[in-house]
Amino acid sequence: MPIKITMPQLSPTMTEGTLSKWLVKEGDEVSSGDILAEIETDKATMEVESIDDGKVGKILVAEGTDNVPVNEVIALLLGDGEDSSNLEDADSGSDKKKPAKAEKEEEPEEESDEEAASEDEGKEQPKAEKKKAEEGKSAKSEKKAEAGSKTASEDGRIKASPLARSMARQADLDISSVEGSGPHGRIIKRDIEAALESGGAKKDAAEQAPKAKSAPASVAPPPEGAEFEEVKVSNMRRVIAERLQEAKQTIPHFYLTVDCTIDRLLDMRADLNGRSDAYKISVNDFVIRAVALAMRKVPEANAQWGGNVIRRFKDVDVSVAVAIEGGLITPVIRKADTKGLAALSNEMKELAQRAREGKLAPEEYQGGSFSISNLGMYGIKQFDAVINPPQAGILAIGVGEKRPVVKNGALDVATVMSCTLSCDHRVIDGAIGANLLTAFKGFIEDPLTMLL
Amino acid sequence: MAEQSFDLVVIGTGPGGYVAAIRAAQLGMKTAVIERENLGGICLNWGCIPTKALLRSAEVYHLMQNADAFGLKADNIAYDAEKVVERSRKVAGRLSGGVAHLLKKNKVTVIDGEGRLAGKGKVKVQKDGKPVADLAAKHIILATGARARELPGLEADGKTIWTYREAMVPEAIPKSLLVVGSGAIGIEFASFYRDMGSEVTVVEVLDRILPVEDEEISAFAHKAFEKQGMTLMTGAKVGGIKTKKGGATVSVTDAKGKEHAIDVEKVILAVGITGNVENIGLDGTKVKVEKGHVVVNEWLETGEPGVYAIGDLVGAPWLAHKASHEGIICVEKIAGLDHVEPLNTLNIPGCTYCRPQIASVGLTEAKAKAAGYELKVGRFPFIGNGKAIALGEDQGLVKTIFDATTGELLGAHMVGAEVTELIQGFAIGKTLETTEAELMHTVFPHPTLSEMMLESTLAAYGRAIHI
Repeated sequence: MPIKITMPQLSPTMTEGTLSKWLVKEGDEVSSGDILAEIETDKATMEVESIDDGKVGKILVAEGTDNVPVNEVIALLLGDGEDSSNLEDADSGSDKKKPAKAEKEEEPEEESDEEAASEDEGKEQPKAEKKKAEEGKSAKSEKKAEAGSKTASEDGRIKASPLARSMARQADLDISSVEGSGPHGRIIKRDIEAALESGGAKKDAAEQAPKAKSAPASVAPPPEGAEFEEVKVSNMRRVIAERLQEAKQTIPHFYLTVDCTIDRLLDMRADLNGRSDAYKISVNDFVIRAVALAMRKVPEANAQWGGNVIRRFKDVDVSVAVAIEGGLITPVIRKADTKGLAALSNEMKELAQRAREGKLAPEEYQGGSFSISNLGMYGIKQFDAVINPPQAGILAIGVGEKRPVVKNGALDVATVMSCTLSCDHRVIDGAIGANLLTAFKGFIEDPLTMLL
Repeated sequence: MAEQSFDLVVIGTGPGGYVAAIRAAQLGMKTAVIERENLGGICLNWGCIPTKALLRSAEVYHLMQNADAFGLKADNIAYDAEKVVERSRKVAGRLSGGVAHLLKKNKVTVIDGEGRLAGKGKVKVQKDGKPVADLAAKHIILATGARARELPGLEADGKTIWTYREAMVPEAIPKSLLVVGSGAIGIEFASFYRDMGSEVTVVEVLDRILPVEDEEISAFAHKAFEKQGMTLMTGAKVGGIKTKKGGATVSVTDAKGKEHAIDVEKVILAVGITGNVENIGLDGTKVKVEKGHVVVNEWLETGEPGVYAIGDLVGAPWLAHKASHEGIICVEKIAGLDHVEPLNTLNIPGCTYCRPQIASVGLTEAKAKAAGYELKVGRFPFIGNGKAIALGEDQGLVKTIFDATTGELLGAHMVGAEVTELIQGFAIGKTLETTEAELMHTVFPHPTLSEMMLESTLAAYGRAIHI
């Protein structure tokens, strides 16, 4: 029997991906370990390796296909002594068992996960179970979607009375989070009252709101008469759009800015870099270390909003925004506070390199409790960054430039770097944010203390 | 006597009882109804329907008298009281026959007689004191209705002092008449007799007529009736009635404490109703009676398992459509249907078929305020509506009350021609939980009186077009 090549699950949270490119064609001989195809998930491009020797019998999912569910058969590999007749056997054999197969090949790209699950019940079972067990972000959003669909009909319409909608609007409650008790599951006044009374729904709503709000309904129509080309929204772009829209809509941001004098830091950096070729420490590496140490000093800030609870993290995992083609990605330096400058610097370099190549594993860019975004290299003096949910803070680093400063009552020149902290006020109050920023500034301006 | 077994036995076939029985039959229950008098109960025979027939005669009479205004000529306009009543009785008879047909069609067993509870799951039926049937039933619905309430010193004698019952079948139209009570029943008779030419005095103990209606509507109707020549005494109390030859002297203390002795030919007592809780075997059961009405929960269950009560028997609002709806809720709950909803009294419209008509649903402005709502109130007068003017009915008002915060339609109150036919629109809106926005998005046909429903809504938000 031909060997089935399936859509791999590249991370615990992956449920679907884009089959971006086939590197083999039907009839090619492949051996175990050969790269068969490239798969694009929400942030990374991964390669599918052949798990066996054989000949590519049939490619079932064309390249460029989006939203291919994990475990979907994407190609058939012919083993020793098999030829295309076996393929037909396999095909017809499977046809009997799964009449949907033929259709499956030409299934529309927007086939939903749910549909796939119901078509391939047996095969999809483990995945479904896995999905439930998952704690990851995408699993969470899946769950939300499922909860929402309780009251939403197949066409996505939420059945709710006008009054229920009005009340939900007034109370800032996401109506899709409410279960309807009216005729045909319609959400009516008493359901909203119950949801508001329980209070839980409201908090849930804060998390779920972006789901509803990023619906196509809010998308502006193309401007009349203007010429434009449509650029397909990549998985990464979509994730950026959803996450940052969610962030701005649901996280109450506030911003704190300090100016840090970095002359001593620059001196120290030159000194350190002059000592060895094994590392080349950047200003950004100092920033990462300073953030990590500041988070250790102000542990209240190393936390995230969890609706009914605030989650305080044990480790300081710092995400660092890296611009890559078509968007950005935030590789995570785990336990950054435990790593010395050289180790940090090398790790960051390696992560950034692979990020640019689109080769980061999901575990390498997911998670993290705080982010750093540095636009200093672009000459940006100061900016306010959008929090990377579900994190509670992000530090925006501007350019280090020579500025006139007042020192001991006299005008002087110093290298100054403006840093702006964006805080999730649900987790970080002004004082906590200020403490964090003060601690950060302390480390940056007196970098020797980072060695302690 | 052989005992007959049923899934459901309903005592009483008013609009509560017969509707409950038909719904039960639809749901596959073996059902029997017991009726001591006429199928259809008071509503069909002595209430809603025959009064509408009478009022229609009065309306046509009124129009004929104003034929000139429509460019028509009519001389020697007169009525034949006997024929007016005869028509009313015929209408009632026809509908009662219709109920018989419906029950038969639905294979509901009809038992003639008086039913009473006789132990757990048992009902005995008697006719003229003799037993006619013994029934066993898994479920029993009491739907025995209500009768006119009598106050001490104010007892009807059926000759000079009437209840609705006599008032509906007058031998002649009295020259003068005093109505005690200005609820829907009292006002309808007052309006009928006034239009037929009687000198009518209405005595209301509360400070306004139609006290359950919105104050503005009461005031509007008050003026309209006075304009018609009716005497309305509010905040007034009837001290006593002395019958004499050819009529009665009613002593009334007016709002200022002044005593009046009013001579009239007839008196109509319309001071509310009381449930028919007697002689239905409630003694020794767990069925609770309070203030003349059987106590039930939201599913119309009494304290006695398997015994339910609906309609006027369980209390206000004393409306046929409320009884019917309760009958359906009760039966569907018994049948274990999904999505049975308890009755929301705020969504029950109330109609009074006087001239001008009164119709309302939901909270009055005062009650909405008392409930703590911030309000948006809209008003639109009939005089701004083309159809009303064409009809020659340019006196009236549509008032709508919205919650300023959510836009919820809290109440709608109308006075004027045909408003009893309009109110269902607001009732549907309320049941669907409408806000002002959906009403504003609704296209109302032109030219109709219903356009005023839209205009009133718009007016609540300062957007009325035609005023």
